Amino acid sequence: MADVSLSGASLGVDSIQSSYLAQVQRRRLYGGLTLLIFIVLMVSGFTIADDRNAGGFWNGLHQVGDYPTDVLSEAWEQRADLPGLVVKYFPALVETVNIAAVSTLIGAIGGLFLSLLGTRGLAKWPRLILLFRRLSDIMRAVPEIVVALVLIFVLGGGPVPAMIAIAIHTAGSLGKMFSEVSENADLKPLEGLESTGATWFKRMLIGILPQVAPNYVSYTLLRFEINIRASAILGFVGAGGLGYELRNAMAWGPGRFDEAAAIFILLFGTIVFFDQVSSRYRNRLTEGQAQ
Amino acid sequence: MLKIDMLTKRFGDKTAVDAANIFVSEPTMIGIIGRSGAGKSTLLRMLNRLSDATTGTITFQGESITTLKGAAKRDWQSRCAMIFQQFNLVPRMDVVSNVLHGTLNKRSTFATMFNLYPQADIHKAIEILDRLGIAEQAPKRAEALSGGQQQRVAIARALMQDPKIILADEPIASLDPMNAQVVMQSLRSIHEEDGRMVIANLHTLDTARRYCDRVIGMRDGRIVFDGTPAQLTTGVARDIYGAGADFSEAATSTEIETLDRPEVRKAEAYV
Repeated sequence: MADVSLSGASLGVDSIQSSYLAQVQRRRLYGGLTLLIFIVLMVSGFTIADDRNAGGFWNGLHQVGDYPTDVLSEAWEQRADLPGLVVKYFPALVETVNIAAVSTLIGAIGGLFLSLLGTRGLAKWPRLILLFRRLSDIMRAVPEIVVALVLIFVLGGGPVPAMIAIAIHTAGSLGKMFSEVSENADLKPLEGLESTGATWFKRMLIGILPQVAPNYVSYTLLRFEINIRASAILGFVGAGGLGYELRNAMAWGPGRFDEAAAIFILLFGTIVFFDQVSSRYRNRLTEGQAQ
Repeated sequence: MLKIDMLTKRFGDKTAVDAANIFVSEPTMIGIIGRSGAGKSTLLRMLNRLSDATTGTITFQGESITTLKGAAKRDWQSRCAMIFQQFNLVPRMDVVSNVLHGTLNKRSTFATMFNLYPQADIHKAIEILDRLGIAEQAPKRAEALSGGQQQRVAIARALMQDPKIILADEPIASLDPMNAQVVMQSLRSIHEEDGRMVIANLHTLDTARRYCDRVIGMRDGRIVFDGTPAQLTTGVARDIYGAGADFSEAATSTEIETLDRPEVRKAEAYV
């Protein structure tokens, strides 16, 4: 194939071939070494974890199904009670969803300001960009359960500490996601608005928000799904809602497994429901933008 | 050799290609001309099976192409290479890897994951690049190359497939005149030296005239002209483009030499 050349500039094809092959060989060597290190780390990490584990992974493995079997069989025996229990725990579900909704709303507003103040080109005080970025880093770095435990210690149990804890985490992570969207926003409208003498807030409201709104709403809906799960989990540490009831039902052990099953059904159904609704709206928002 | 029979493609109520009939008996260099939206790209995409025909058949050497599925369809695609207007390379990978992508149909997924191309293929890829005059660019990332060089990498990828047919969808539409000439010259010599069939969508008449043995004109999805470049008179061209009497071939030209021809300056005065 190489005998007829279009350019005639076959300036040492052999040397190009050999140098490229050497490069390929080097790349393969590095790739192989990386794979080897990865496998070694995985295996050694697993054995260490298995050694430290009190029960032992292999001894416990066959018991994994025992607890779900207990719960399911007992719930099945008392399946007649389930509808009543579902109704009984519905208010707790409403509380859980409420915590998620309020904290998503507050967190989204917080995240909006964190992102606008922490994005180059948009920030009101460009020198403080780093500060706001670190602030949102810290807010999302601290697990919500830690914040909730501290707040429950200070404020006592109930939905408010959970709400504050989730809102803080949400503001931090949405701030990060929002600022990635607004980094790609077109800055020309901003210049136009600035030339009319509009304040920073007005410029953001009119110049940036319409551009980024579909993505922002989409991320917020995703966060809402995550927050429903988070608020159910926070119930375990005494923040009220469905998680609290679930912990009680599970802690009291056999005899109340039907209640645990009813709560599982509620929680599972809710999460699936909100997942579906929000993914449909998110699809519509992102597709609508493309049109 | 290649027979296209009543090939039709509809998008909703819009007919992109309307009952196209083309018969090619031997490897030829064919240029398809027509306005944008005339169905040229759709026709090529159906040939490569990037999109499915609504009705009609394509037959190549006795094999029905339109009914192929799964692995057989991918095998056909490996025998029928395609070159795109925007090159469609993987920008972050190096030039040789991009050329080696031409062999993907023959490689296992495992070999692809770990980049295990045989040494013979790597040598062949660099030889093809050398044939196209860009062997020096071999280790660079595709995105670091100029448009003309990228299009030649795309041609190299097509050659790596060792195809019977090369389809080129507006291969020079995003190139400057110099690079356009190099790319068209490459396609022409691939046709002449390797005896491969080349079908190219072209947006300028003089390119089709200069490089092709046969010209097909499309208008609103229909084939309205099929003949030699000599048969393509100005009147026919006006028909294909649906243009008025002020239409001049030279006005659309991207050739450098046209600037030296007096009739062009006159034509450009009209524009």
